[in-house]
Amino acid sequence: MNHLPISLFLANIEGAPGASGFFAQLLVIFLAAAFTDNILLTRFLGMCSFLAISRHMATSFGLGLAVVFVTTCTAAINYLVHTYLTKPFGLEFLEYIIFIVVIAAFVQLVEMIIERYSPPLYYTLGIFLPLITVNCAILGVSLFMLTREGYGFAQSLVFGAGSGLGWLVAIVLMAGIRERIREDKVPVGLRGAGITLIVTGILAMGFVGFSAMISF
Amino acid sequence: MVAFRQTIGGKALIGNLWRDNPVFRQVLGVCSTLAVTNLMKNTVLMCLGLLFTVAFSNLTVSLLRNHIPRQVRMMVQVLIIASYVIVVDIALRAYFPDVHGLIGPYVGLIITNCIIMGRCEAFASQNPPWASFLDGVGAGVGYSLVLILIALVREPLGFGTLFGMDLPGVDLWWHQWTIMVMPPGAFFMLALVAWIGVATSRSDNDNREGEAK
Repeated sequence: MNHLPISLFLANIEGAPGASGFFAQLLVIFLAAAFTDNILLTRFLGMCSFLAISRHMATSFGLGLAVVFVTTCTAAINYLVHTYLTKPFGLEFLEYIIFIVVIAAFVQLVEMIIERYSPPLYYTLGIFLPLITVNCAILGVSLFMLTREGYGFAQSLVFGAGSGLGWLVAIVLMAGIRERIREDKVPVGLRGAGITLIVTGILAMGFVGFSAMISF
Repeated sequence: MVAFRQTIGGKALIGNLWRDNPVFRQVLGVCSTLAVTNLMKNTVLMCLGLLFTVAFSNLTVSLLRNHIPRQVRMMVQVLIIASYVIVVDIALRAYFPDVHGLIGPYVGLIITNCIIMGRCEAFASQNPPWASFLDGVGAGVGYSLVLILIALVREPLGFGTLFGMDLPGVDLWWHQWTIMVMPPGAFFMLALVAWIGVATSRSDNDNREGEAK
């Protein structure tokens, strides 16, 4: 980990390094994943559902929540699968298949549990859960997690949660903007995806601009 | 040629190239379109990988279409696609390790690339193998056209190079636009290409444009 302003700042607040250094590292991973290294705005993951769903605020928020929950849990599960199953047995080439099956199975399981125990939550989140299996942000979080050196279980969990939160923030911001510009006059060819991409580009400039502050 | 254009496969192949282009008409597969297009070399390899995957997944799904139970068809399709992606991944790792280091995770993400799922579900699960294969090739080439168009602008403007080679005299008069190779540049370029694409192509279902916003 580089010695960067925010981590030094945190280390100073917390006093001596050691245990607090661990939590400072987790906080840096979380903030970086959520904001400066935003999975949607800088890694372009989950664009398809982002473009399709971000028309309305309420649905965007519901889908965003479901994404946060699923990325956090699948990042943790896939970390365990990678560390204890595929790596020791040299089965890394099967990881794509195993990860996608884990994600599909987890989403199915969550859907069944929520439907059984919390019908109101099921009606809020339920319709979005099947969509999530094919949301590339979920598989992307698991794949990017493995490219990071030295991530343990806690780091992977926090990375998953931060990435999910970043996606939620991006889609909610976009939904707010799209609700505002709905009545505006836009050239015919840019309607729909075109203007949304331009606005996303401007949003991305805002997020990328802070990338020198937090890094890891 | 005229006879070929009348067949199901020929129609699908040609339609997918520009008129019903998967990227700007159907707005699918946008993630990798944005992510890999800052270098021409990465773009071309990604396009080849996707072309291979979509064509052969379509063929396989079509061959098996009468044997897959409807309830589990999505899962089976994902597994078929994932198998081809593993082939692409291993090939890339073996022959272009430097490129694999840069775009590795995005190669894995071909599995969830909605173009492939979309073609398998919408076309290959109902049509004969040869037509499905051609449909896949059409979708892959249509996707490649858009990516190459974007990379052709982003790499020269952002790095002053093409395929990693300096353009002649570029240092003398060109100040590189770093933003073109950063994420925002990708969004702006795709929006521009989508604008040009939508303006120059006329789709059969143009009437849905009114509500899409």
